[in-house]
Amino acid sequence: MTDRHATDPRDPSRRAFIQAGAALGAGLTLGFHLTPTRAARLSIPTPAGEAFAPNAFIRVTPDGAVTVLVKHLEMGQGVYTGLPALVAEELEVDWKDIRVEAAPTDAKLYNNLLWGPMQGTGGSTAMANSYEQLRRAGATAREMLKEAAARAWQVDRAGLRAESGAVLDPATGRRLGYGRLAEAAALLEVPEHVPLKAAKDFKVIGKGFKRTDTRAKSDGSAQFGLDLHLDGMLTAVVARPPRFGDTLKAFNADRALAVPGVKAVFEIPAGVAVVAADTWSALKGRQALVIEWTPGPAAGLSSAAILASYRDLAKQPGAVARNDGDADRALATAARRIAAEFEVPYLAHAPMEPLNCVVHVREGGCDIWTGDQFQTMDQRNAAQVLGIAPEQVRIHTLYAGGSFGRRANLKSDYIVEGVHIARRMKVPVKTMWTREDDIHGGYYRPCYLHALEAGLDANGRPLGWKHRIVGQSIVAGTPFEAGMVKDGVDHTSVEGAANLPYAIPNLFVDLHSPRLPVPVLWWRAVGSTHTAFATEVFLDELAQAAGEDPVAFRRKLLKGHPRHLAVLDLAAEKAGWGTPLPQGWGRGVAVHESFNSYVAEVAEVSAKPDGTFKVERVVCAVDCGLAVTPDVVRAQMEGGIGFGLAAALHGAVTLEDGRAAQSNFDDYRVLRMKEMPRVEVHIVASEAPPTGVGEPGVPPIAPAVANALFAATGKRPRRLPLGTRLA
Amino acid sequence: MISFVVNGKPRSVDVPDDTPLLWVLRDHLRLTGTKFGCGESLCGACTVHIDGKPAKACSVEVGRLGGKSVVTIEGIAGPVIDALRDAWAELDVPQCGYCHSGQLMRAASLLADNPRPSDADIDQAMNGNLCRCATYQRIRDGIHAAASRLAVRPGA
Repeated sequence: MTDRHATDPRDPSRRAFIQAGAALGAGLTLGFHLTPTRAARLSIPTPAGEAFAPNAFIRVTPDGAVTVLVKHLEMGQGVYTGLPALVAEELEVDWKDIRVEAAPTDAKLYNNLLWGPMQGTGGSTAMANSYEQLRRAGATAREMLKEAAARAWQVDRAGLRAESGAVLDPATGRRLGYGRLAEAAALLEVPEHVPLKAAKDFKVIGKGFKRTDTRAKSDGSAQFGLDLHLDGMLTAVVARPPRFGDTLKAFNADRALAVPGVKAVFEIPAGVAVVAADTWSALKGRQALVIEWTPGPAAGLSSAAILASYRDLAKQPGAVARNDGDADRALATAARRIAAEFEVPYLAHAPMEPLNCVVHVREGGCDIWTGDQFQTMDQRNAAQVLGIAPEQVRIHTLYAGGSFGRRANLKSDYIVEGVHIARRMKVPVKTMWTREDDIHGGYYRPCYLHALEAGLDANGRPLGWKHRIVGQSIVAGTPFEAGMVKDGVDHTSVEGAANLPYAIPNLFVDLHSPRLPVPVLWWRAVGSTHTAFATEVFLDELAQAAGEDPVAFRRKLLKGHPRHLAVLDLAAEKAGWGTPLPQGWGRGVAVHESFNSYVAEVAEVSAKPDGTFKVERVVCAVDCGLAVTPDVVRAQMEGGIGFGLAAALHGAVTLEDGRAAQSNFDDYRVLRMKEMPRVEVHIVASEAPPTGVGEPGVPPIAPAVANALFAATGKRPRRLPLGTRLA
Repeated sequence: MISFVVNGKPRSVDVPDDTPLLWVLRDHLRLTGTKFGCGESLCGACTVHIDGKPAKACSVEVGRLGGKSVVTIEGIAGPVIDALRDAWAELDVPQCGYCHSGQLMRAASLLADNPRPSDADIDQAMNGNLCRCATYQRIRDGIHAAASRLAVRPGA
């Protein structure tokens, strides 16, 4: 089945690949299903001349430059480096000669093979779904360039070698650069079978090469969505309801329209749009609006009331996510029972670049420029607003100044409102959010309550474990609900809990997914951001009750999970687990699998005499399969730890009367330089297929720090954020 | 009409006096290397130099800039920023990169004032520049690396 091929990352498939090639060639007369004599050109016009375009990912221009089209959004995680590296490896191009471009929007050509058919970035899938696909793309191009040289020299391709952007004939020493072969290669058939390099021959993959985007990000030239300027472009901001679900009753635009530069004020579904010649005029215009809102279902809603209702719900059975053995019976017969509740708040993503998009609606279609994470969904949602076909929406993907999940929005909120505004204005319009819009804007990581209970036998071995989770479903009410909610269980609410790796014979996990008028969304590492906190702190409590060392206790329970065990051992060893620390310091550990990668972190905290504490050092061990770009893997662990630590220490959106009490970085605090611990990252050597790195560094840090605080102070934190003062 | 110097060139803009320098740079002069992150002087993404000192462009009204000299990430030059950029490239400091114009502008001021800063000096100077990707460790290492490069420059 085509679908199976297209969604299986391990065999992405020549079939999907050839279909991709066929789709690419639809307007270009493609060659592989034609006979060589019917000279069809696999080429595409570029500013540097006709480029050899053997597939949707590679362009070789006559000047010898090799451009890799990247189908995923570069939002910091390094896809403009790791994905081109796969092509460079197989195509035998020097790293310095690789150019990178964002792929256009096309769900067939640029399908995420782990989701498909859909172009989109998330779930730490970029490398995992591209690993075979882009190596094969590179190898195909290499073999075609070799064939072009073989024909030019009238020798057998098998005797030729590709190296540093050229084909070599070892017999004679002659050499032809790819640029000179490009035109001839474009006339060849695409081969069905191409050999991929063996891991022992890798020159790029797993080696120490640099990011492709650092220079542009150091001189101000990297273009983010917010930086785009088009001729005749206007700038818009939107006054949105103060509470989630409030509706517009009336507004008076007179004072707003009197602000110099303001061009138009009108209602859109999201609120009231103010369109102006420039940003400052738009912001002043919005401030001058007089708006009356009709209170909606969120009126009076508070985080405190939500959590109180969750505590009530936690007394009732929920939808069962896992049921091994008989946990109730095991608890009833246990020598010791331990119970605890954990709470985590709503969190905003707060990427440094506030949300924005530039939209131009014209006769026959719509162009959108933004750091786009879910191209296919955004295309569909924009098309629906305009009543046109999704293919008429062209998305131009620019750098994103972070996302952490916020731009992967199945409702395309920030794009849909931009489309509404641009449709009315007829000219290109940049719709932008302020930081306050962002913090107030919803689509938060949901708040959750976790209730856990476990029983130990007389030897301190866990016999039973009951885990009840209460919190909003992220995918309920979205197109993903059908695929991701099974028997009332949203997989994203229980991941990391329902697949708890520890050998506990009687294990029960259930879930309540109350519906609330607060928009929620995935937030870097999704369910594991809270399940890892609850399970790994609770496991420490069991170790304490059993009188055992937290690492030794975990080791015994992880015998059937060698990859968990290996990262745990590596982190413990590198951290010097068990060696003395200064007075007032404590060490804590957590190990967690997410996105098919395994991460253990050991945190060291120091309790200060003034009642504060500091996270001093974090040692991280990661098994992400083969590390294609080891330094990017290290950077993602460092950054994931810092991002997770921000939430562990400070992160909280608290709702009061249906709206966020926080509004900017003064009250929605994120990590600052002074709070960044020294992070050491150790990568487990592996030849397993690459797995995620963008998210898996996040989950272990909050429980590791909480466990370290317990070690330092004897007090067990069970609620996030921890704050900066000792309990 | 307000006249001041940007990156060494005299510029005049016809905007209300209360317009933040940030939006003058970005919208009117099309110097988009200076970033918007918070608008409240809380994140440092808009850090520029005004008469040689670091300033948050989102919180400086352009009406107060008459005759002053502004340098942005596009215009900053000299051995300090060169050393920082080389260190940034060597260590691949940025991730999403959005905050790094501001990080580099602030770091350049730090090294101009203090050629061999300690970790504590760096933490102090850079604490107002947020990075949601949390590239802080590499920023710290990058500043040390740039300081070392500058220290071994002949004649420096």
